Amino acid sequence: MKNLLEVKNLSLSLNGKPILKNINMEIWEGYVHAIVGPNGAGKSTLASTIMGLEGYRNFKGSIHFKGENISKLSIDERARMGITFGWQEPARYEGLLIKDFLKAAAKDKNDDFIFEQLDRVGLDPDDYANRAVDKTLSGGERKKVELASILAMDPDLVLLDEPDSGIDVETLDKMFEVIKEQKSKRRTILLITHSLAVLKQADHAFMFCNGEILRKAETKKVIPYFKNNCIPCKHKNIPDEEGVKLG
Amino acid sequence: MDKTKLTKELSRITETDDIFKQSDIAHIFIHHHKVVQSHLLPGLKVDVKEFDDHIEVNTVVEKDTRIEKPVHMCFGMIPENGIQKMVINIDIRENASVSFLAHCAFPNAVDIQHIMDGTIKVGKNASYRYLEKHVHGSYGGVKVYPHATIHLLEKAHFYSEFELIKGRAGLIDINYEATCDKESVLEMVARISGKGDDLINIKEIAHLVGEKARGFLSSRVAATGNTKAEVYSKLTASAAYARGHVDCTEIIKDNGVVSAIPVVEVNHPKAHITHEAALGSVDSKQLQTLMARGLSEEKSTDLIIQGLLS
Repeated sequence: MKNLLEVKNLSLSLNGKPILKNINMEIWEGYVHAIVGPNGAGKSTLASTIMGLEGYRNFKGSIHFKGENISKLSIDERARMGITFGWQEPARYEGLLIKDFLKAAAKDKNDDFIFEQLDRVGLDPDDYANRAVDKTLSGGERKKVELASILAMDPDLVLLDEPDSGIDVETLDKMFEVIKEQKSKRRTILLITHSLAVLKQADHAFMFCNGEILRKAETKKVIPYFKNNCIPCKHKNIPDEEGVKLG
Repeated sequence: MDKTKLTKELSRITETDDIFKQSDIAHIFIHHHKVVQSHLLPGLKVDVKEFDDHIEVNTVVEKDTRIEKPVHMCFGMIPENGIQKMVINIDIRENASVSFLAHCAFPNAVDIQHIMDGTIKVGKNASYRYLEKHVHGSYGGVKVYPHATIHLLEKAHFYSEFELIKGRAGLIDINYEATCDKESVLEMVARISGKGDDLINIKEIAHLVGEKARGFLSSRVAATGNTKAEVYSKLTASAAYARGHVDCTEIIKDNGVVSAIPVVEVNHPKAHITHEAALGSVDSKQLQTLMARGLSEEKSTDLIIQGLLS
């Protein structure tokens, strides 16, 4: 297994409260991984820290991508190395056309390539390419545009924060299809989720609770524990050492 | 430069060369205080009086005339210095319909003033659209003063859009005031990008005095560099079921400063007006999303502003 991303001894406090506690993790190249845990466990904070988002840069420890320490790099520098982030609720832009939004990310700026990416996520280019990425799009449509933009970028590592949030069943199926397709191309994906349906898309999962990784295991071994103990969370993110015997 | 050369130069700058080949497209090109080229259509009358210090243009669209394709108007000055003063009277008569596309070109401006004093009347059940696009140079030596008084009669439709995205704004001083009669609809939009030490003042006022009159005032300003911008939008409603909305979205970058003053005034219990204003730097989530796709902060900001002003 080749490590694409390594997080070493990472700790982060926000407003004086420790949110991430000495995180160590490796993301293997070519696999779909998941960080799974209940709401408030710190999953999105970890993904935001990996991407270097504003407010998540003052951490202890280090983050390495393709063997290089990226801890001090800006968001766009990390992106140009091959990492991107799909937001739980993607931003909307007044007046910015979908095709231009995709082109901004794409290595290939050709219209045909852009339209192909829209097609891949189930959006008809004739109907959507010239629409704006604004509030007239439904939540599901906006998520699909986000996914098309990520496909246009074709990064080495995609962090997807709660990909099933606010979308309908049809959009979710399309998203799972795209994840499977990416997996077949040996792309690396890190899913941030508290949903069992999303967790099932992953090969490996990190069980996250109260700012700590309790265990990493194959997804099929994580599922029973997650199902029985985390839905709903029975201990408000305070792990019960006895209850966390996976592997 | 003779009239033919001036026409060619203005059409090249405003990318309107192709309109001359189309006989169903009316146009009028004015350089400084002279008409250099025109082509009219039945029902569209333009009476021009040329003076040394200004030009007067009286436009009438006759009753029931419906002009299908936009009428192109080009106002410009090729030299670096000078004053172009225009007195414009527009009378759109009952049931008429027309759309104007006005190109204002001052590509070499070092010290140019473009002054427009307009009076616009849109008759009963008539429709008027006016899109004014400015093409300025990179020096910023243009001072633009578009001032107009507008009157919409019963069921009239009025749409105006002022766009300055290419080149430096220089000084923009927009001052429009409209009165809207019964069941008329007014929409005014301004999209301006300021750079360097540009100054932008927008004053748009509309009075909804007739029952069921509707009005919408919208401004989009990007103030970058040391640009200073002030947007004053006032909408009043004094009749039953009059409805209106004021929407100001302005972005600053670098040392830009923007102030927006939306004023809404209602003095009829059955009238209703709303407003929203958003001012500030580029939204952090929008910015970070584009950066997470590999764009620099500068390029991301430019793309967001470009979208906002499009």
